[in-house]
Amino acid sequence: MTPTSIALNRFGLGYRQGDELPRDPKAWLRGQIAAYNPWSGELAQEDYAAEQLTSLVSNVDEFRSRRRNIGKTGAADAGKQQVEMSREGRREVKTIYTADVAVRTRVAVESDTPFMERLVHFWSNHFAVSTGKKRITNLVGIYEFGAIRPNITGNFRDLLRAASLHPAMLFYLDQFSSTGPASAAMTRSGAQQGGRGLNENLGREILELHTLGVNGGYSQADVLELAKALTGWTVQGIQQAARAAPQHNGSAFFSAIHEPGTRTIAGRSYREDGAGQALAILDDLALHPSTARHLATKLARHFAGDVPPPAMVARLEQAYNDSGGDLPTVYRAIIDSPEAWAPEPVKVRQPFEWVVGMLRAAGDQVVKDWWLARILSELGQETWAPTSPAGWDDRADSWMGPDALFRRVEAAEAIAEKTRLSDVRELADAMFPGALSSTTQASIDAAESNQMALALLMVSPEMLRR
Amino acid sequence: MMSRRTILGAGAGLAALSMSGARITAATAATDKRLMVIILRGAADGLSIAAPTGDPGFARARAAWSDSYASAPSLGGMFSLHPALKRVGEFYAQGDALVAHAIATNYRERSHFDAQNLLESGGLKAYERRDGFLNRALGLMPAQDFPALAIAPTLPLAMRGDNPVTSYAPTKLPDASGELVDRVRGLYSHDPQLEQMWDSAIKTRGLAGDSAGENLRGAVELGNLAARLMDNSEGARLVMVDLPGWDSHAGQELQLKKTLANLDATLGAFHDAIGPMWANTVVAVVTEFGRTVAINGTKGTDHGTASAGLLLGGAVNGGRVVSDWPGLAPSQLYEGRDLMPTGSVEAFLTGALSGHFGLDPVRTFDTMFPGRNQRAMEGLIA
Repeated sequence: MTPTSIALNRFGLGYRQGDELPRDPKAWLRGQIAAYNPWSGELAQEDYAAEQLTSLVSNVDEFRSRRRNIGKTGAADAGKQQVEMSREGRREVKTIYTADVAVRTRVAVESDTPFMERLVHFWSNHFAVSTGKKRITNLVGIYEFGAIRPNITGNFRDLLRAASLHPAMLFYLDQFSSTGPASAAMTRSGAQQGGRGLNENLGREILELHTLGVNGGYSQADVLELAKALTGWTVQGIQQAARAAPQHNGSAFFSAIHEPGTRTIAGRSYREDGAGQALAILDDLALHPSTARHLATKLARHFAGDVPPPAMVARLEQAYNDSGGDLPTVYRAIIDSPEAWAPEPVKVRQPFEWVVGMLRAAGDQVVKDWWLARILSELGQETWAPTSPAGWDDRADSWMGPDALFRRVEAAEAIAEKTRLSDVRELADAMFPGALSSTTQASIDAAESNQMALALLMVSPEMLRR
Repeated sequence: MMSRRTILGAGAGLAALSMSGARITAATAATDKRLMVIILRGAADGLSIAAPTGDPGFARARAAWSDSYASAPSLGGMFSLHPALKRVGEFYAQGDALVAHAIATNYRERSHFDAQNLLESGGLKAYERRDGFLNRALGLMPAQDFPALAIAPTLPLAMRGDNPVTSYAPTKLPDASGELVDRVRGLYSHDPQLEQMWDSAIKTRGLAGDSAGENLRGAVELGNLAARLMDNSEGARLVMVDLPGWDSHAGQELQLKKTLANLDATLGAFHDAIGPMWANTVVAVVTEFGRTVAINGTKGTDHGTASAGLLLGGAVNGGRVVSDWPGLAPSQLYEGRDLMPTGSVEAFLTGALSGHFGLDPVRTFDTMFPGRNQRAMEGLIA
């Protein structure tokens, strides 16, 4: 691959039809950090404020309680009514989800700053939430738009706060109802009540996945302490948090369920400070050397290969530590890493970036929202639906197999059929400047139609890897 | 391909009837045997799958959920099967299923990802090995041609490695045109990796027939699909299936009722569709670790240690619970919170495999899970 092809494909999301090729690949990438606009394209017209989020939450909450109440009426057709309600509810929520998937995809397809869009997707996956938890199906989009997008060019500390304490995450990892064993609510009610108590899920994943990493040197005791500090963090708009104090971005703090007292994590103690206690811990975790190592490793893996080059990991780690977690400094260190410019392809394109790359290159096409959502699911990467809080795996083995390859071929043909094109040969040169193999060139030349040529180009080795 | 499926559908019911009661014992070549391994991802609660309802510690810790087991089938002794596992209960009653309880891998922390990596790679430490225990097991097999397949879009780690395996999952995308399929072969003529994958995909598609419209999420279809991929003379000898959705931190009672019903439907459909071959088949079901004995504050359970495994099939020496039961009194728990492991998931898996294919139990263990100085469980297979 040439440096221009690397900048376009490995750092960016692929050539966008009609664009000039960047003259200075590194300068083009650096320029995107400053030019990045979290509210680009369709996002500019949407309302992603906290009020919107809270109403999405309370809609689901009210819906659930209405459905429960029908069951209590004892009416003969109560069961049937509930089934009908559920069907209607699912349809409504699915409409929101599908529209959000389409917005995410189109913003990436139309972006002037594709390197930064790639980073949006990277961080969204680092702080993964999933529609596997049905309750958050209508929140996963607004989570990425409102908590991830505006925070990727600041300090990691702010991204960590925004993502880990967002309503979607608080629901996804069962934090919203976690109750301190010695909290006022538990003491008042005297004995243990059903459905109340401590849940350590979010505490564990913050340490294992969001900050220190699995070998980052924390213990089960740290998990419990963080879980206790996090008690009280819940969501605005649900009945059980009606008396909680509103916090940023639709979350809330309910002191009655907060575990009182000093907490000790990684040898440091944190005095009782209500909502501030968890924030102070998160801020320190953000600056922890294990966090720097963990994030540097994942970023190096994303840009320089499944086995991250140690020298690059060390460089990113140092950039992170020296700047106190300043993300643009780390991004510049990625651009300046020779390992990320290795001429042979170092990564397999995952389904989402592959579809985005194809749509960027193909230009004019008629693709409906539901069709986009479905094709991503058929390709094995249903948007915002990874099967675990670790997010999608970023290694070739998880994405390349005989069946996965066959699906790409089917999808390529389906997308090509929806596209109107003039000359695919010219397009191929622009997509992989100076890097198109003679085999791919010959296959395209021999195709009987532009549609066939485009489908072949999309499943060419050049396009499947980056 | 279509007609083969139609014939199968008609035959399956009759075959199932002839199976009940007598086990078919006709002499068969070693290569006629089939093995399916199902991994329940997310840490399935063994105490719910086979509940030790006769242990006073269970009654104490899980009192809130005891209603579930009021009319549950007894497994004999102190255990009751989860009521959602209806077909599994039938298999158990006819001697075609067993439960191995209080088993764990050699992993003793509580991360899903590390635990799954360790189980699948069979290494001593997570991320130490890049190949999987099922792939290495293929090297031990008596037959030279031993087709192995994962029902998944890409290969799970357990199946990755030097021995040839493939993956398959039904698709709802429109079929690619024959024209494009032919041309893609040429496109990969200088790319050995893609060329090999492509050839493998074409071959598997041929074998699986036309299954457009089916979906992994349909539990019955999954069971039918697995049977269809295994039930003819060139069919897969080893199939691996991944079932996610077992991480029950909140609202566990309802969650497991659904996921266990799905598992049961898959196993039942598989049994019905594979017909007489059930007699030569073993299905092993395992998970990466268990869950806490106590119910947490959100009506779920958190990451624990020992869990249970299932072994099903006509070849299984079943109708029993295999366990050195550690007890559930507070002093008997691992770290005061989890079911204490007294048996090994690795020994269970290697015991199923070596018993079924007539392999040496020590060598099988060393190949699949090297460096442990342990041996496979014996007597699991009739």
